[in-house]
Amino acid sequence: MAVLHTLVDRTSRQFAANRVAMLELLAQHDVEVAKAIGGGGDAYVARHRARGKLTARERIEMLLDRDAPFLEFSPLAAWGTQFHVGASIVTGIGIVAGIECVIIAHDPTVRGGTMNPYTLKKNLRARESARINRLPLVNLVESGGADLPTQADLFVPAGQIFHDLTLLSALGIPTIALVFGNSTAGGAYVPGMCDHAVFVDKRAKVFLGGPPLVKMATGEESDDESLGGAEMHSRVTGLCDYFATDEIDCIRIGREIFAALNWPKLGPGASRAPEEPLYDAEELLGIAGVDLRIPFDTREVIARIVDGSRFDEYKPTYGTSLLTGWASVCGFPVGVIANAQGVLFMEEAKKATEFIMLANQTDVPLVFLQNCTGYMVGRDYEQAGIIKDGAKMINAVTNSKVPHLTVILGASYGAGNYGMCGRAYGPRFLFAWPNSKMAVMGPQQLAGVMSIVARQSAESQSKPFDEEADALRTRAIEDQIERESHAFFNSGKVYDDGIIDPRDTRTVLGIALSSVHSNTIAGQRGYGVFRM
Amino acid sequence: MMRKLLIANRGEIACRVIRAAKELGIATVAVYSDADVDAPHVRLASEGVHLVGTSPGDTYLRGDLIIAAAVRLGADAIHPGYGFLSEHAEFAQACRDAGIVFVGPSPGAIAAMGNKIEAKARMAEAGVPVLGGATISADMDAAALTTTGAGVGYPILVKAAFGGGGRGMRIVREPSELREAVASAQREAAAAFGDGLVFLERYVESPRHIEVQIVGDMHGNVVHLFERECSIQRRHQKIIEEAPSTAVDAALRAELGAAAVAAGRAIDYVGAGTVEFVMAPDGQFYFLEVNTRLQVEHPITECITGIDLVQLQLGIAQGDVLPDAVMHAQIRGHAIEARLYAEDVPAGFVPMSGPLHCFDIGGDDVRVDSGYDTGTSVSTFYDAMLAKVIVWAPTRDLAATRLGRVLRDARIHGVITNRSLLVATLAHPDFVAGMTDTGFYDRHDPAMLGAADSSPTIQRAHAVASALVGALDRSTAIGAGFRNVGGLAQSTAWDFGGTQLIVEYTVQRDRTFAVAVDGAPVDVELVQRTADGIVVAFDGVRRPYRVHVVGATSYVDSALGSTECTMVARFPQPEILVTQGSLRSPLPGSVVAVHATLGAVVSQGEVLVALEAMKMEHSIRAPHDGVVSDIRVAVGTQVETGAILVVVDEHLQE
Repeated sequence: MAVLHTLVDRTSRQFAANRVAMLELLAQHDVEVAKAIGGGGDAYVARHRARGKLTARERIEMLLDRDAPFLEFSPLAAWGTQFHVGASIVTGIGIVAGIECVIIAHDPTVRGGTMNPYTLKKNLRARESARINRLPLVNLVESGGADLPTQADLFVPAGQIFHDLTLLSALGIPTIALVFGNSTAGGAYVPGMCDHAVFVDKRAKVFLGGPPLVKMATGEESDDESLGGAEMHSRVTGLCDYFATDEIDCIRIGREIFAALNWPKLGPGASRAPEEPLYDAEELLGIAGVDLRIPFDTREVIARIVDGSRFDEYKPTYGTSLLTGWASVCGFPVGVIANAQGVLFMEEAKKATEFIMLANQTDVPLVFLQNCTGYMVGRDYEQAGIIKDGAKMINAVTNSKVPHLTVILGASYGAGNYGMCGRAYGPRFLFAWPNSKMAVMGPQQLAGVMSIVARQSAESQSKPFDEEADALRTRAIEDQIERESHAFFNSGKVYDDGIIDPRDTRTVLGIALSSVHSNTIAGQRGYGVFRM
Repeated sequence: MMRKLLIANRGEIACRVIRAAKELGIATVAVYSDADVDAPHVRLASEGVHLVGTSPGDTYLRGDLIIAAAVRLGADAIHPGYGFLSEHAEFAQACRDAGIVFVGPSPGAIAAMGNKIEAKARMAEAGVPVLGGATISADMDAAALTTTGAGVGYPILVKAAFGGGGRGMRIVREPSELREAVASAQREAAAAFGDGLVFLERYVESPRHIEVQIVGDMHGNVVHLFERECSIQRRHQKIIEEAPSTAVDAALRAELGAAAVAAGRAIDYVGAGTVEFVMAPDGQFYFLEVNTRLQVEHPITECITGIDLVQLQLGIAQGDVLPDAVMHAQIRGHAIEARLYAEDVPAGFVPMSGPLHCFDIGGDDVRVDSGYDTGTSVSTFYDAMLAKVIVWAPTRDLAATRLGRVLRDARIHGVITNRSLLVATLAHPDFVAGMTDTGFYDRHDPAMLGAADSSPTIQRAHAVASALVGALDRSTAIGAGFRNVGGLAQSTAWDFGGTQLIVEYTVQRDRTFAVAVDGAPVDVELVQRTADGIVVAFDGVRRPYRVHVVGATSYVDSALGSTECTMVARFPQPEILVTQGSLRSPLPGSVVAVHATLGAVVSQGEVLVALEAMKMEHSIRAPHDGVVSDIRVAVGTQVETGAILVVVDEHLQE
């Protein structure tokens, strides 16, 4: 395989400027992430600890194997909303007793671990990750249930939580509930729907209605323990399979459940020797620009992600605005599809289509590296059938059966977002760099289009066009789109699985690839490879 | 000509004899008990015969089985080594009767020296200086014992008439202690040597133990091969021996040699033997006993004379005349031997048993006589001596320094040893100055000298080394402990015999480690992972740390020293319930007496069980007043450390 060479000039002004701007963004990101890590704040965390409880993150750390990685999803969920950053839940992929699994932990220090619409999105995405990657799911339960004022946006869709749990079980994917505290009303169905349940003595409260509700409903006097304590559920209902004396004991038992799962991975796993890239990932900070109008060479990014910086490029002289080629990451073979110049022309679309079919022929997962401003427009391109070629690419992406991993390195605009496997195209994982932007088009373009349309509308109705008002409106729209295309904003909406530090890209892809190999890796079959 | 030799022994001495025989082209036959099926001496020998059982009485002391094996395999000689049958006149006679050469003196000489009381009388006759003493008959009453004790004069040494190695030996300073000392010596002697006869001897204060190697042939030649000093003893057992002695000059050497040769001649001694003397600070020496066998510490004599004593024994047994090199032997340089034991010194020299995960004593110019290898186990059935480590050098100082270094650098994983005690003793100013006598460890507390390496510096460094090796071993292609969001440090706790250190680390993006010990950041730079450990610069000082992990235990050897620590389990295991008041065995051994009876009311301190472990008897006493509610052992029961012996219920007493 050919080894990529680097042309990066570490001493250039552009490199230095990029690096400073990227570090500034990462620092802003750290500030936001710290809010998620801090949970409900020092006072609530202190109160939680005073009750002899571990925080959600401590529970996860104890559950994980020593030195195992933990790839956390969407720490910025609910960013830019009225809700706490992180959405009162911690989700991610870790390794327990040697088994890669999805972990969902309520953060009881944030409004009692209650669920808001963003919590739900993040929760359901983690469940989806468990399902599509065939990863066992463990719930670290302590939640006050729904955030009642937002019930209108929650109640109906939240039913999917329990639906998905039992669906996982039906698919043969193990589900485990470790109940540390409140798990009441709807929440009671979490242990109720899981294959395995462990309750902490005197802490777990698993009932449909608590003492006040029971009193209101039937007049019966009752207490927490008799309605839904660990001891009661262990001895009377059998809903609790394992009685834990305390939180540590609960986690210990949880690990033993994993140890006994007999859960081999179905994928072939890493088939090559992992090898560090030849070039320092640190340089990625100076390679990628924050100003997305300045293109950067995606080969330099690939050279800092793939094993040994080796990249076997497919059709290197055809459709050169898009890079395609074979490589491996942490020993896992991959096909890489990366924007080189941003725009997709007919050749690029056809090249991508063929490459995706090839990857399906040989069961090789695909990595999409997005820095894409969309499909080319203009008379020549329309008449040459850009729609048909773009449709081929979107068709291939949609019906491809090998796992897709997407990283947004910069721009993600228009149908380019779709063709390059955006969120709606079901990538197994989608991460974004902090400098990236995602929108139907760039802010200036969008504002400009709207200005032109308004001018045409005024002209067709022979009305005068208020230039001053148009300028104000255009700037307002630009500002709005700029804000809404920001990586934090999109991550807040759980349109990705999280923003990552560019320097972590290889590691994150390595964990993601290892996870997708929990399931079978099988491409689409039926037709052969069409030569476009 | 000797063609095939059966070695009626085990351990290092069996290995030693087999090697010597091989060099002479003699085929070898090993015997082995159940516990020694995989022992090195069996692997070294050309043939082996299994003696069914484990206790010495069933195996290595079964002269009849051993002679039958020799006859069956056509061995023409038997070497008894030391211990076991080496000083059994009856066995020597039975060999002779079976037409097999016994490598050692005549049965008559063994018998004459075997009874120490008679031996003393005979030596006195031959003009060898002896100490005053008296024999204790089995039926002697308390009054007679008191009178006899007074006659000898205090302090008194109680000794077994048959046997050696300090077994059954007691020092008595007060008349009131005499009775109990005699009783327990009788019991120990009976158990160890099959005869409980003991005698009293005037005890010389601050004596040196000086012994002289003698050899005699069948042609009437008896010569000496100079003295050995074996004054460094713990509980009457030699642990460091040297030759020559710092307290013996040429004139004294001639006197000692003459006395030893006279002793040998008095019994027409044939073969290798040792005449032991006790030497007072003024240089006066008195006959102690003759050991009619090869001594454990024979290698130091070999080192300073260049004579292979085992080959010499075999030659003598074949009727050879003592060669010129022996007749005119010269002392060259200085040799020191250290006996490495599996024992817990600070706990009171408690013998240890268990698997040796690593046993590597290396270096040039060092002789290691051992019956153990990496992967073998130290059993509770036999002596816990792991090895004799012997260094020869032109000067005593150099020999002591080198031996200390070899011991420090040795890698011994799995059992606690007396290594620290040996190293500290060899470097002790009194030892260096030659101020050695049998009271050395009365003046210098062995618990202090023998304490394991435990400075905070070494524990900190070794805990970090262990933690980093663990992290690197668990590391995968994506590194160790990756977190994309904040995250807590990886935390491991290490237990050094009760002291716990918490090592926290995070792996940085560039794969370097940020480390804290007990919450305080430490300056650690990982240089490289090596085949057997890591190289780490700790506080700016770079050292290789050899880290050997066995289960949860991490054995670390570095220039700082050697430690053993265990990784504290992340999750406490459900507790093992122990009945209140259970008396547990503090060490592995066999039960020699059960004084407790079921339902008996006992008071605190009362002896309930006596255990014999290795060469010592241990009393297990009631921890509090109460009633014996359970007895789990009987005389002869083999127990492991922690086994419940007796349960004393303190609530049942009224």
